[in-house]
Amino acid sequence: MSEDRSSSSRSQVRAKMRRVATLIKKETRQMMRDPASIAIGVVLPVILILLFGFGLSLDVKNVPVAVVLEDTSPDALNLLASFQLSPYFEPQVVRSMPAAEELVRDRAVDGIVRIPPNFARRVAAGDAKVQIIAYGSDANRSRIIEGYAEGAVASWMSSEAAQGRDVTGAGPVVVQSRLWFNAASDSHYFLVPGLIVLVMTLIGAFLTAMVVAREWERGTFEALFVTPVRSGEILLGKTIPYFGLGMIGLTLCVLSARFLFHVPLRGSLWVLLCASMLYVLVGLGIGLLISSAVKNQLVASQLTMLATFMPAFMLSGFLFDLRSMPTAVRAITYLLPARYYVALLQTVFLVGDTWRVLIPNAAALLVMLGCIGLLSRLIMHKRLA
Amino acid sequence: MLAALLRIAALARKELLALLKDRRARNSLLLPPILQTLIFGYAATYDLNHVPYAVLNQDGGAASRELIAGFDGSGIFDRVGNLDRPAQIRSFIDDRRALIAIQIGSDFGRKLDSGQPANVQMIADGRDSNTAATALGYASAVVDAFNTTWRDSHGLPGPAVTVDERSWFNPNLETRWTMIPGMIGTLTLLQTLLLTAMSVAREREEGTFDQLLVTPFRPLEIMAGKAAPCILIGLIQATGVLLVAQLWFHIPFAGSFFTLYAGMGCFVLASVGLGLLVSAFSYTMQQAMLYSFLMIMPFSMLSGLTTPIGNMPPALRYFTYLNPLRYAVDIAQRVYLEGTGFIQLMPDIWPLAIMALVTLGAASWIFHNRLQ
Repeated sequence: MSEDRSSSSRSQVRAKMRRVATLIKKETRQMMRDPASIAIGVVLPVILILLFGFGLSLDVKNVPVAVVLEDTSPDALNLLASFQLSPYFEPQVVRSMPAAEELVRDRAVDGIVRIPPNFARRVAAGDAKVQIIAYGSDANRSRIIEGYAEGAVASWMSSEAAQGRDVTGAGPVVVQSRLWFNAASDSHYFLVPGLIVLVMTLIGAFLTAMVVAREWERGTFEALFVTPVRSGEILLGKTIPYFGLGMIGLTLCVLSARFLFHVPLRGSLWVLLCASMLYVLVGLGIGLLISSAVKNQLVASQLTMLATFMPAFMLSGFLFDLRSMPTAVRAITYLLPARYYVALLQTVFLVGDTWRVLIPNAAALLVMLGCIGLLSRLIMHKRLA
Repeated sequence: MLAALLRIAALARKELLALLKDRRARNSLLLPPILQTLIFGYAATYDLNHVPYAVLNQDGGAASRELIAGFDGSGIFDRVGNLDRPAQIRSFIDDRRALIAIQIGSDFGRKLDSGQPANVQMIADGRDSNTAATALGYASAVVDAFNTTWRDSHGLPGPAVTVDERSWFNPNLETRWTMIPGMIGTLTLLQTLLLTAMSVAREREEGTFDQLLVTPFRPLEIMAGKAAPCILIGLIQATGVLLVAQLWFHIPFAGSFFTLYAGMGCFVLASVGLGLLVSAFSYTMQQAMLYSFLMIMPFSMLSGLTTPIGNMPPALRYFTYLNPLRYAVDIAQRVYLEGTGFIQLMPDIWPLAIMALVTLGAASWIFHNRLQ
């Protein structure tokens, strides 16, 4: 008896495996023949990688500025030289304020440095002023430019002081700052891990949502349900091929991060892999859920954009600091898987295997995965009934 | 001619009805742009107002305590830890508990009193180097303030040269002021391009496009009838974002509405033209969505809104001249913040006008010759 039962259950398992395998084969074929899937799964990641890697950079260098030279003393010329030597500026000398203002209005320069008349005399008296006017329409850039301009003035003062001149240079307290994990302040170091988050979101959530919504729209999903295949098996058959596509995207991203953009991987590869698999699964789940809930391609794609891709860009902490967002917005970010994945990736890439960061974030993703799995089972059952 | 106009009007009316009759579709037209503007208005900022920091004070004297009080009183820095050993810095930074660690050496007070420069070490979490650099900038400002008070109270001369900073058009350098006017262009592109591309693609997928073709409508009239509602909705969405910027975020509007709408009008025409082109090449909604997405992505990343165009390599910089969003972001920001006039914006407006002409012309050629 018992032998019988165990052999029959074993054959049941075998039949189940066979059904899932067939489904996977069918889905993979369908995916390969669909130009849209290939476009989102392979073409889009490659475009994103190239755009991000080469197009986006927050590093400031060679900023065009107008230097208004209203004084022609050696002091003023030396200060000008300090701007000319700085790698951050590309000064353009003008003689009057109106000329400089015109350059700003034509957007030929991003700022004005004004060395006023009597500069040398005022330096000797110890109360000289240099005016720096930044073009505020790009706030972030302007702030960085202001910082570098101050640096250029300070470096001139200290070089004067070094030549034995009696100018009070740096203040009584001098700040020595260091940037850990990214000593040269290369913005690729945080943009490229952010890019991986975006690509994984696209493949995981967006692609699944579109594909499954189309199946609901065309009624081919219901057609699957009348076959002997169980709903859990359908889920498995659907997710595994797209999961595979996600892994291909991940490989592309990690390879280009390492070898094209030279972002260091200081943690271990398997942590990166596990975290990414977890995130792709969560994304797949969200895509499945949304598409099964609305069953309409247009609405599904808009919802997934709104719920996954946009937040991954804006609310994940990869571009904008989460700590500075208002409480209500910050509360939303806790519900977004991208937030945890960004923390995981930034840490694995730039810091190393810091378990006290990795474990809580991975745990949050796991909990989400559990909830989404349960929910999608529930929805599938309801849809069947 | 009049008959043609009447036919176009009738088709445009039908399109509008089709778009607005479904509650879900109606909501998806207006709600997302407004919601996105609100969320991004709050979230998309490089400004920091909450910087957790840890301090290792090996000096402990009055001067060092005063310096730390300056941080605590800044309203931006939050002390999350008082450290005893340098080794603890690593754990605070690694675990993301602190964004900045400040180390005050044991000779801080002595050096200050003897008139030597006293060093303060600041270590920042460079995982996000942009945020870290901003935080370090704030920290330097706190130290500068301390220096000024110290000099005043000890009768020391100030620095020989002081730097007087001002920024035009955005006095407090708030990122939001930069971002939200830029969103007017970005969100409008996203919605109009997708809407136009989908509206034709839907009819083609459902087979109703052939029915339209056998009506007395000429292909060009069909195109115009499809384009008109999308242009209208695009302008309404742009207005929605503009209203949120002014009424909710109170960002002062410096320019003229005429200039802004002239620029946005050209921009919406160009994006509708792009949408029609996309739809001419796609047979299903999914293809239409995908192609639009493939366009929107590089357009929005290379628009100069999130990262400056000047930082891009030459090849991509040349590409941005083909990017309608580049001009739209520039127009919106400059009209909104600087009050730039129509004439000065001509270098932005004429490329958009040409793009509108080219895309609409190409689309109408395709509609005329290929879709019959």
